Amino acid sequence: MKFARLTRHLGLAVVAFVVVTACGSTSSGTATCSTAKTATSASACGGMDALVAAAKAEGKLNVIALPRDWANYGAILDGFTAKYGIAITSDNPDGSSQDEVNAVQQLGTTSRAPDVLDVGMAVALANLTLFAPYKVATWSDILDTQKESTGLWFQDYGGFMSIGYDSSKVPAITTMDDLLKSNYRGKVALNGNPKQANAALNGVMMANLASGGTLDDISKGVDFFHRLKQAGTFVPVQATTATVKNGTTPVVFDWDYLSAAHGKDVPAWKVFVPNNAILGGYYAQAINKNAPHPAAARLWEEYLYSDEGQNLWLKGLARPVRQAAMEKSGKVDKTAAAALPAVSGTPKFMSADQATAAKNYVVAHWDAAIS
Amino acid sequence: MAVATRSVQRTRRIKLQVFRIVVFALAAVFFLIPLAAMVEFSTRGINGERTLEYWTSIVQYPDMIKAIIASVQLALITSVAMLVLLVPTMVWVRLKLPQLSRIVEFVCLLPLTIPAIVLVTGLFPMYIWLGTNVSDSILTLAFAYVVLVLPYCYRAIDAGLGAIDVKTLSEAARSLGASWLTVMWRVIVPNISNAILNATLLSVALVLGEYTVANVLLYSNLQVELVHLGRANAGVSIAVAVASLMFAFVLLVGIAFVGGRRRRTQSEAVTNLGKGPVQGSAG
Amino acid sequence: MTVAGSPAVATRVGRPLLGGRRFSLDWVGVLPFFAYVGIFLLLPTAVVGIGAFFNADGSFTLDNYAHLSRSYVFKATITTTLLSLVTALGGAFFGALLAYAIVTGNPHGMLRRLVVSASGVLAQFGGVTLAFAFIASIGSAGFVYLFAQSHGFDYYAHGIWLFELSGVALVYLYFQIPLMVLVFLPALDGIKPQWREATESLGGNTWHYWRYIAGPILFPSFIGAVLLLFANSFSAYATVNALINQGSPVLSQQIAAAISSEVGAAEPGFAKAIAIEMIVIVTVVTILYTLLQRRTARWL
Repeated sequence: MKFARLTRHLGLAVVAFVVVTACGSTSSGTATCSTAKTATSASACGGMDALVAAAKAEGKLNVIALPRDWANYGAILDGFTAKYGIAITSDNPDGSSQDEVNAVQQLGTTSRAPDVLDVGMAVALANLTLFAPYKVATWSDILDTQKESTGLWFQDYGGFMSIGYDSSKVPAITTMDDLLKSNYRGKVALNGNPKQANAALNGVMMANLASGGTLDDISKGVDFFHRLKQAGTFVPVQATTATVKNGTTPVVFDWDYLSAAHGKDVPAWKVFVPNNAILGGYYAQAINKNAPHPAAARLWEEYLYSDEGQNLWLKGLARPVRQAAMEKSGKVDKTAAAALPAVSGTPKFMSADQATAAKNYVVAHWDAAIS
Repeated sequence: MAVATRSVQRTRRIKLQVFRIVVFALAAVFFLIPLAAMVEFSTRGINGERTLEYWTSIVQYPDMIKAIIASVQLALITSVAMLVLLVPTMVWVRLKLPQLSRIVEFVCLLPLTIPAIVLVTGLFPMYIWLGTNVSDSILTLAFAYVVLVLPYCYRAIDAGLGAIDVKTLSEAARSLGASWLTVMWRVIVPNISNAILNATLLSVALVLGEYTVANVLLYSNLQVELVHLGRANAGVSIAVAVASLMFAFVLLVGIAFVGGRRRRTQSEAVTNLGKGPVQGSAG
Repeated sequence: MTVAGSPAVATRVGRPLLGGRRFSLDWVGVLPFFAYVGIFLLLPTAVVGIGAFFNADGSFTLDNYAHLSRSYVFKATITTTLLSLVTALGGAFFGALLAYAIVTGNPHGMLRRLVVSASGVLAQFGGVTLAFAFIASIGSAGFVYLFAQSHGFDYYAHGIWLFELSGVALVYLYFQIPLMVLVFLPALDGIKPQWREATESLGGNTWHYWRYIAGPILFPSFIGAVLLLFANSFSAYATVNALINQGSPVLSQQIAAAISSEVGAAEPGFAKAIAIEMIVIVTVVTILYTLLQRRTARWL
């Protein structure tokens, strides 16, 4: 074992030596970024051009758990490769946030470890030791509440929890309690298991708020689903694009940007956000401390937070974190912004403590309520 | 008491044929209906019309070819490695170390008792070591796959070995001066060729259909690429699933065809050998 | 008359110089196998078992094993065992019938090859797509259900059982039966037609043949296959997770929740403890199977 470690250290030293000499021997006029691994911003790395050059030299980027149909990530991945010529390896598209963190921990310093992560807030807050701090060029456009002060994580896009439904198969939904009626029998599903999936937990919390509950206590939400199960309207099947198109799950609790994607398969798909329960949730970006391609990772973040990247998320019907700033500067994609589902009212967001309390309650009571 | 009369034999044959027809009919209904539903769904357009657009989009996906080749290579390596590892060991245990047979049986059942998502966390340290010291290639998955196919292949080969008298065959061959290699390759293996074929089919099908281990280890085999592709939309996800089944089926029919042909030539050779002396003595 | 010690009595016949009784070289034959499984199976299993003694932050704890007594884990254990038993026996029974129907045909024929290949493919077909295949056919929006409903037979009148354990068992049979066909066929191939003729010449009929001749000979392979089907069903995850995504009624779902929960409920040590529990249960079943084998072997 020791010998393996020694050879690995030796190998790293040789690579570092080669990189340093290579950097030193570039002709004058092209700035280089030789400290990408510890750079906390593009300027610390010698400027954007240096970062781009270093990333191109690395030539590859490993991403994880980014399905192409999630918030228009397909176009974002293609756009990055087209703009910088860096090939992206996209692993485990169906993975959860915890799967991303597991991969980072287990693959350590190998070359296939993920470079960047897109995780839910609970997972981000629990794994700060795995991230490298970095502030993108547009750092000041992100609200303080939506980023970690040194740049360990920063929110990227979000949406509101909604009920998506096929208006050709079920009557229009105007309030949450409509779902208890018999014409929704066997038709309502959650996107995932709230003990596991962020989207499902937020779905239960939205039901909670619509039933008169508060962010601190999710019991009314769990109770609502219990009543749905008793009424025979709730089915435990996993809702996928196939079951939606097929008509088995014509009513699904999901993030509005994910739900809107069903409109591709089902022309009569509508998205409903209850007026008294606008529950928002954002995901967060983070860079792996041991990223095998540190410069490419940082360039990816710069791309995501550039106007181009943010507008691509907007096209995916997610709300990018810089949307307010971009509307002020006029750089926002107006047609995409107009296509967002309309919400009237103040959105609420779960704090870390509230999310933990909700999780604990759900873990203890969900299985009994739903069976 | 005389041997059963002709009419009894005929009744038995008729009953057998009826039984076979009923069983095959029921099996066809049970197994083909869900597949038909998948095919119907994968050709259903947005407004209910028939369309092939989901099927044609499969061939436009570039990474698919790479993944197919990798999976086929993995299937080949895994099957060969499994046979080389398992058949000699099982024969040896039967002949020389019968007290170990239960242990071998249990060890071969173990991979099936641990869900893949947990087994892979145990495999991680080994794969990190492999990745840094030997190779990072997707073909290293074969090490894990050989373990995953053990339960199925052990059972198939064990059924085959149980149907022949291994001890007598091997003793007869040894007493005629055969080496152990000859006993294995030219005496035992031809007699359990059916079992070996079934074990190979199971192993190839498993490797082609394996998703969890490859996915958690962040490798891109056929099933992982199919999931990628399937995220495009619902119709494509089912179309690729059906395509994957058809691909595996064609491959397995090919293997079964090759395996069957070899059997026929061997049995023909035996019957020809048998005919020789008889003709000679009669002539 | 021979006396021990005289040259007529050979005492060292057939005993090689090396590898005598004290040190048998027979064990060398199984070395490659055990070395391989040692590295790639037993070592990972040990990693999992020992990992269950540690918390997420690396401290030693017995809590993970203690938590196995949680009521939902206990319930899931019972549910999983029953489900596995039912699908193992059901799959074995129907699979044996199908295998018999195959083996009584032309052994070199096209039908056999096609059915065997199809069994190979379907034995490994599972997960979300298999669940969807059933959803699309007999599910609440499937054509079989809509057809039945339009003819007055609403089989979901009392709830959609496809998304309950009975539906899961039916879907499991879809891969259990082909698996049974593949592992049992070699045993059926070993039945010689002479046994049937011998039975008849001794005055026996079909019942006698199966009960006293073919049955006991096939029994060891049969229950070996049942054991395999049991373990196969016991650790299955993706199929049941697609059908019953809420409530985690099955042990493998409990493991998944503990490993990949993204709401902060991940307990990797607990997941490993559940896995060890699953190994223990299958070990117990294997021991029962071994005892059953020994008892029936006596009759042969």
